[in-house]
Amino acid sequence: MTEQTTPAGHAPSPRDLAARASAAAAPGIARDAVPSVSTPQVTGTPQVPGNGGPAGSRQAAASPSAPANGAPAVPGQHAGAAPAQAGPSGAAPAVLPRQVTGAQALIMALEQLGTEIVFGLPGGAILPAYDPLLDSERVRHILVRHEQGAGHAATGYAQATGRVGVCMATSGPGATNLVTPIADAYMDSVPLVAITGQIPSSLIGTDGFQEADISGITLPITKHNFLVTRAGDIARTMGEAFHLASTGRPGPVLVDISKDALQATTEFRWPVPFDLPGYHPVTRPHSRQVREAARLIASARRPVLYVGGGVIKARAHRELRQLAELTGAPIVTTLMARGAFPDSHPQHLGMPGMHGNVAAVGALQKADLLVALGARFDDRVTGRLDSFAPDAAVVHADIDPAEISKNRHADVPIVGDCREVITELIAAVASEHEAGQAGDLTEWWAQLDHWRRTYPLGYEQPQDGSLAPQYVIERIGKIAGPEAIYVAGVGQHQMWAAQFISYENPATWLNSGGLGTMGYAVPAAMGAKMGCPQTCVWAIDGDGCFQMTNQELATCALEGIPIKVAIINNGNLGMVRQWQTLFYNGRYSNTDLHSRQDQPTSAGTRVPDFVKLAEAYGCAGIRCETPDRVDAVIEEAMKINDRPVVVDFIVHRDAMVWPMVAAGTGNDDIKVARDMAPDWDVTE
Amino acid sequence: MTRHTLSVLVENKPGLLVRVAGLFARRGFNIDSLAVGPTEHEEISRMTIVVNCEERPLEQVTKQLNRLINVLKIVELDPASAVQRELMLVKVRADLETRSRVLETVALFRAKVVDVATDAVTVEATGNKEKLEALIKVLQPFGIKELVQSGMVAVGRGGRSITDRALRPVERSA
Repeated sequence: MTEQTTPAGHAPSPRDLAARASAAAAPGIARDAVPSVSTPQVTGTPQVPGNGGPAGSRQAAASPSAPANGAPAVPGQHAGAAPAQAGPSGAAPAVLPRQVTGAQALIMALEQLGTEIVFGLPGGAILPAYDPLLDSERVRHILVRHEQGAGHAATGYAQATGRVGVCMATSGPGATNLVTPIADAYMDSVPLVAITGQIPSSLIGTDGFQEADISGITLPITKHNFLVTRAGDIARTMGEAFHLASTGRPGPVLVDISKDALQATTEFRWPVPFDLPGYHPVTRPHSRQVREAARLIASARRPVLYVGGGVIKARAHRELRQLAELTGAPIVTTLMARGAFPDSHPQHLGMPGMHGNVAAVGALQKADLLVALGARFDDRVTGRLDSFAPDAAVVHADIDPAEISKNRHADVPIVGDCREVITELIAAVASEHEAGQAGDLTEWWAQLDHWRRTYPLGYEQPQDGSLAPQYVIERIGKIAGPEAIYVAGVGQHQMWAAQFISYENPATWLNSGGLGTMGYAVPAAMGAKMGCPQTCVWAIDGDGCFQMTNQELATCALEGIPIKVAIINNGNLGMVRQWQTLFYNGRYSNTDLHSRQDQPTSAGTRVPDFVKLAEAYGCAGIRCETPDRVDAVIEEAMKINDRPVVVDFIVHRDAMVWPMVAAGTGNDDIKVARDMAPDWDVTE
Repeated sequence: MTRHTLSVLVENKPGLLVRVAGLFARRGFNIDSLAVGPTEHEEISRMTIVVNCEERPLEQVTKQLNRLINVLKIVELDPASAVQRELMLVKVRADLETRSRVLETVALFRAKVVDVATDAVTVEATGNKEKLEALIKVLQPFGIKELVQSGMVAVGRGGRSITDRALRPVERSA
C-alpha cells in the first residue's frame, strides 16, 4: 500500500501507518507526534497567549477518546474534557479574556477543542462564522457540494479516528439537509457536532427567509441540541457540545446559533466551565455485577460473546481478545463491530443476524449464555425476539443504561464503558478459573465447528461468465488488505462487504448500520480519508447509493482527497430487488435503474456513464465487466493516488445475499440459500 | 397496568417540556397527567408525570428520561407515602332554583365557590383523582358548562426533600 499524497495543509492523522497500532492504545501519545502547526490566531484579534497552544489543543483533541480510554468519569466533574481540567479547578486560563465577535468565539472554541477539519457549506445565516474561518490556520474547512455530504463526511472522519467530527451549514435548507446524517450518527452513536446558522433571534418564529426550527426538528435524533442566541454563550456551548458528543454513549449534538449572536461582541475566555448538572455518564462497572457475570461465564457450557459497535468505540479490542482467549468462548461480531475481533482468529464465528453466518446465528440460538458487550439486541440481529436465543441467560454490558433490558431482559446488567467492563471481567474470570471454575466447551466447539464446516459463507459464479459481485468485493479486500479502510453504502453490496472482506483491525469497516442510509459511502469515505490521509480508503458502493451523493467526488478531486470507489453496478436497487424476488413473486416494481426502451437487457446502470461521470469530476474512471480483469483493475486503482478513482464493476443482477433470516421470522428459520435450511441437530 | 407517579426534577430551560413530551410520544408511552412548575430552587423545575404502564415499560420510561441531558433526577412516588393533589375549576349551571343545592354539594366536598353569575357558579376543588371524579359525578345533574383540571402534583410525606434524597430512586436501576 503506497500513498504519497497528503492533502495540502492537513496534518497526518495519528492512526496512520505505524502509528495505527499504538494510536488505539494511547491516542494522546500518538497525537503528540503530529507535526506542529502554526500558533493559534484569529484575524483581527491579538495573538492568543501561549499556554493554550497547539500541544494543549491536541490534548483537547484527545479528550473525546478519554472516557473510552478508561479514564473514569467522576460524576459532577467533567473529567474527560480538556476545558474542565483547567477550568473550575482554578488553574491558569489557556486564553486570557478579550473582546471578540460571536463568530470569532466560535472559531476560537473550535481551535481550542482541537478541531482540525470542518466539513460544510456557507449561506446567509452562518456567513459571519465563515469570515474568521478564512483566517484560521488550525481549522481547515472542506467545502462540500451538498450539506448531506458534510454530515456523512464528519461521521466518516469520526468513525475512522475516534475524534469528534464537525460539520457546518446555514439555516433553513442547509440545516434540514443535515437531518439525514444527524439521524444516521444518532443510530450508530457517532460523536458528531453539527453547527448551523439560524436567522436573527428577533425574527425567529416569524417564518423568516430560510428559517427552519432545526433544534425542534432534530430533537428526536440528537443526543442533545442547543439554540444559542447570545454571543456570550457560544464558547461554553461548543465545549459542552464536544463533551456531550464524545463522552458516555457518543452521539450527535447540534448547535444552532442565531446570526445576531454570531455578529455581537462578547468576551472570549477559555477554558469555560460547563453547565451540565444532569449529565453523569457511568463508565465504571459495578464490581458485584462483574463478579456475577464472571461466575456465569465460568460455569457456562455454551457461552457466546456477542460483540457490538460499543467495543470499537471504547477501543477495547485488545481487552476483548484477552477475554476471548481466557474464556475460550466463541465470538460473534455484529455489523457495527466488524473488525473489533480479527476475522482470522479461530474463535471468531463471524457476523450474526439477518445475513449472518449459520455458525454465528446458530451459536446465539443454542447458547446457554450470551455475553453482550456494547451491543443492543437490534432486530436485525435477533430476528423475532420471542424465539431469539431461547435457552440463554444474558449478561448485558453497555454504557447506556437505557439499552439494557430494552429488547431482551438482562439477567446480569452491567452499566459501564466496554473497556473497563472487559478489563474487570478478565480479572474476575481469571479468579474463577483459579478457584477451579471453568466450563468444558469441548462439545460446544464440536457443534460450532460442524456448523462452520457444513455451512461456510460462499457464493456461486454466474453461468454466463459475467461478474459475481461477491467476487469483486472479495478481491478488493484481498488486494487492499486488512490495513485499508472500507466504507460501504447500504444494500446487498454492504452485506457482501461485511461478509467477504476479512477485517483484522477496529475502525477499518465503516457503514450506516442503524439508519441504513443509502448515499453514506462516498462522503463518509471522504471524511475517513481526511482523518487518515496515509491509509487506503475504499468506498464499496451500489449504483443506486452512488447516485445519491456522488457530487462529493468533486470535493474529493478539488481538495486532494484520493479515495477509491468501487461501484458494484447491477443496474438495480439490488436488495429491494432480492426481496421482490423472494417475497413479491419476482414482480420488480421500480427497482430497475437502467431500463431503456431501446436496450432493455443491458447489464448495469449506463445512464449516467459512471466512467465519464468520474472523469467529469476530475477523477480517474475505470470499467470492469469480466472476472479476468478484476485483479488488474483493482491493482490499477491502487496505483492512482493523485486523484480519486471510480471503478465501475458491472456485475450480475440476480446475485443474492445469503444466508438470510427473512424479516418477521425467527433466527431458527435461517436459510443458507433459497429454500435451503440448515439441519441444526446433526452432529458428526 | 398500574398508575405510577414520577417526580422529575429538570433544569429550567426552554424547550424542556417538548423534550419530555416528545420522548413519551416517540417511545410510545402514554401520559395520564403532566404538571410542571417552579421549585424551591430557581434553576430547577419539577414535573409530576402520571403514567399507566407495567413495571418493565416504566423502567424504560425512566431510563429514557434519564438520557435527557436536562433531566436531573427521577423519583417514583408511592401513593401510600405521598400526598397527591389535583386542582379543578368547574363552571356549574345554577339558577335561583338550584343554586342552594349546588352550594350544599360544594360544601360536602369541602370545595369552594370562586365566582358567581346569575345562571352559574364556578367551583374550585382540590384533591386526588378519585375525589374530583366523585364531585364531577354529583355536579353533572345540574349541568356542567365548563371544566378544567391542572394535572396531578405530588410530594412525599415526611420531612425529607427529594432534592436531597430520593424516596425511591428508579434512575439507573440497571
